[in-house]
Amino acid sequence: MTRKRLILTVLHRLAVLAYVAFALFPLFWLLKVSVTPTSLLYTEGVRLWPSQASLEHYKFVLTHSSFPTFFLNSTIVSASTAVIVTIVSSLAGYAMSRFVFRGKYWIVGLLLLTQMFPLVMLIAPMFKMLSPLGLTNSLTGLVIVYVAFNVPFATFLMQSFFDGIPKDLEDAAMIDGATRFTAFRQIILPLTLKATTFPVGLLSFVSKFSVDFGQMMAAGVLALIPACLFFLLIQRYLVQGLTAGAVKG
Amino acid sequence: MTSTHAAAPPNGDRRTAKQKIAVRLEPWLYSAPVLILIVAIMLVPLALGVSYAFRDIRLLNPFSGAFVGLKHFRELAGDGAFRGALVNTLWWTFSSVILQFLFGLILALLLNQPFKGRALAQALCFLPWAVPSFLSGLDWAWMFNPVVGPIPHWLYALGIMSEPSNILSDPETAMWGPIVANVWWGIPFFAITMLAALQAIPKDLYEAAEIDGAGPIERFRSITVPFLAPTMAISILLRTVWIANFADLIIVMTNGGPADRTQIVASYIFTQAFRRLDFGYASAIALVLLVLLLAYSMLIVILRQTMLSRH
Amino acid sequence: MASITIEAITKTFGAVPVLHDIDLSIGDGEFVVLVGPSGCGKSTLLRMIAGLEDITAGEIRIDDRRINEVAPKDRDIAMVFQSYALYPHMTVADNMSYSLKLRKTAREKIAEAVGAAAGKLGLDPLLQRRPKALSGGQRQRVAMGRAIVRHPKAFLFDEPLSNLDARLREQMRAEIKRLHKSIGATSVYVTHDQIEAMTLADRIVAMHGGIIQQVGNPLDLYDRPANLFVAGFIGSPAMNFVEGHCRAGVIETTDGSKVAIPDGIQLAEGQAITIGVRPEHVRIVATPEIGTYTARVDLVEPTGFGTIVHVHLLGQDLKIYTLERGIAVVGQPMHIALDSARLHLFDRETTNRIG
Repeated sequence: MTRKRLILTVLHRLAVLAYVAFALFPLFWLLKVSVTPTSLLYTEGVRLWPSQASLEHYKFVLTHSSFPTFFLNSTIVSASTAVIVTIVSSLAGYAMSRFVFRGKYWIVGLLLLTQMFPLVMLIAPMFKMLSPLGLTNSLTGLVIVYVAFNVPFATFLMQSFFDGIPKDLEDAAMIDGATRFTAFRQIILPLTLKATTFPVGLLSFVSKFSVDFGQMMAAGVLALIPACLFFLLIQRYLVQGLTAGAVKG
Repeated sequence: MTSTHAAAPPNGDRRTAKQKIAVRLEPWLYSAPVLILIVAIMLVPLALGVSYAFRDIRLLNPFSGAFVGLKHFRELAGDGAFRGALVNTLWWTFSSVILQFLFGLILALLLNQPFKGRALAQALCFLPWAVPSFLSGLDWAWMFNPVVGPIPHWLYALGIMSEPSNILSDPETAMWGPIVANVWWGIPFFAITMLAALQAIPKDLYEAAEIDGAGPIERFRSITVPFLAPTMAISILLRTVWIANFADLIIVMTNGGPADRTQIVASYIFTQAFRRLDFGYASAIALVLLVLLLAYSMLIVILRQTMLSRH
Repeated sequence: MASITIEAITKTFGAVPVLHDIDLSIGDGEFVVLVGPSGCGKSTLLRMIAGLEDITAGEIRIDDRRINEVAPKDRDIAMVFQSYALYPHMTVADNMSYSLKLRKTAREKIAEAVGAAAGKLGLDPLLQRRPKALSGGQRQRVAMGRAIVRHPKAFLFDEPLSNLDARLREQMRAEIKRLHKSIGATSVYVTHDQIEAMTLADRIVAMHGGIIQQVGNPLDLYDRPANLFVAGFIGSPAMNFVEGHCRAGVIETTDGSKVAIPDGIQLAEGQAITIGVRPEHVRIVATPEIGTYTARVDLVEPTGFGTIVHVHLLGQDLKIYTLERGIAVVGQPMHIALDSARLHLFDRETTNRIG
């Protein structure tokens, strides 16, 4: 029995290790390519670590390209998207979780519909709609579009968070003298905030931290750093938050 | 209980019409921002896009824009590339979803056991999700390349390949490149949702089953699976639809090639729209894809309902 | 402090009726307990007083002011929930002062009120803790504290003790009673536990199937239950019910035994009767006499202070509660007397009390 248990434990750890290796190796390769000098890129392409590592790509990206501007813009867009998505989707998620009303199933259907077609299809019409408003080449336009793309999933996520919070809390707050909206703002939202700003907001932050600039792995690594850091921070809350009842008592 | 009031029971609700409307309106007020956003940014463009399917819209042609009726759909019916893309889409979608789901579930089960360093292992295993799709496609394309990546050499050393070559340039194997990248990138999604569902299963159920003499396999079958089933069903459904529409990895890694062997419908739409700038035709294809995915979702929902009503 | 008047209240959820034509007036400072099995509508009624449920028909007044259309926050009532509903992200002090802050009470006044309530409930050392760090009993106290800081017009309690273990429940029960004596606030208390109802109430409202079955002080309900439901619900161990028919001036039970009709009660020949007799009112006698019964002992359950003896008699599994130890031995015969004055008679058709 103990022998069997030991073997199982060892197998379990090995399996976990295999997963970690599988998850990390491509990231390691990204890093490896980014520190390989251009002259060695092809001759030492297959080595696990170049004979000579250099930061030349990083230096180039940071000084000679428009990377810093892009990086800044990307940060602004992602951060504002995250904040707006959190606010807007928590309101809708609350309505879906707490109210029984006609039209609720239509809203769910609408949200699901938005997940069903390739977004490419929207680009031309959207361009046509936004250009008279002068939003085509602006960060504001980008934020609006990203928010709209992220809101359906975020709303579902928020709804499941709210479903995990007992209704008694709002009832108590309303008896204590709060309106429903005050109860939502002061009691329900703070409770989900720890669990939700992280996943909902920062996930849109992470996924929209797009790096469609430069084919350079160095730029990729640089752009990845904040995304990965955020993700390492949030992933714990993500699982916790998805578990209904994580916020109970 | 004498009833002095029996003649006319006082009305329960004497709120004014205005107050009643305010109560009715409340949920809509909360949903309004999301609804306005979705309608304005997604639904209206979608409707426009649908209308493009029946019009001649070419971006660089100032004379385009005329109504062409079903011309695009007739063209589509005879388009061999589209039919190939349909088959590739099935292949791409189902192998990606099945592999992501299987490996995701196993990872979730592994992480559901308490062990030292679990938090760290979990964080690291979920990390691929944080990588933008574009970058992960690029990264995997590099790794599959025998000049700058190690994978062909490993496969050669294992005897799976006769020489270290790029699987992405071989029509027979090319689809596996984006699929592997997709699996790497998508495991965390399933692992996270499954882990959350696993942690919601009451522990005493397992203890009760163990006392009743159920072995680990029996416990998994009779407790874990039924508890996970609803989460599994919904996440697989959403993921299938999402992956069918997900062309980023393919566009970056193979651009549909070689010989259209990795061209899926979503990437074909992209090609039509941005390489040939034929938005009319692209919209027609997208419309067909949308209808197919809607039909698939309906089918799943109906299947689920009948299964639920049988129990 | 205030009085609460409930008039002809009806509640339906969709097409499902939950409460029928409820009338009740609760006096200033009175402690009224709504008791009944789950699903009897007692919690719904409480939530309607609180404003958490709409009123389908009828009227609720607090101090003669109609409150049907008044939002919960403006009704000036406090409520203690079964789940306690403490705000998890706030400290005990913040939980208790939340309502006062919403009412823009001055800071010193809040501190004073919280301090006083905490003192009353022994919460002083816990004020800076969060609900997570409290035991079940402490959480319960905080929920009470949150209610009393406000000096509301009325207190509503929704099964506040049912999440506590037996010992704590007993302790908190006494504490609630003491608190009510010192504050004297109008209180409506919902419970399914008849002992809680008996011990706490000035008046009990027994409910079943959305209808008020009986209203009265606890001993009234015990001594003169108005119908079979109340008779079976109040009292522990529960009342024995023996079925029979009136035949030739006596009641003949299903097994053919005869029970004398108590003085001053008129029964129609052939009327279907249910006799109720409390286990503590069945007497065990040493020798058989006229009018006693003899039965074999089936089961003996010692409860410590007393003993519950089961015998098969009058076509029933009859329970007897006795304080004498060692009087019953399983398998041995036993002689039993029923006090005519302590029998309760019910019409089986209407289930109502006779006499």
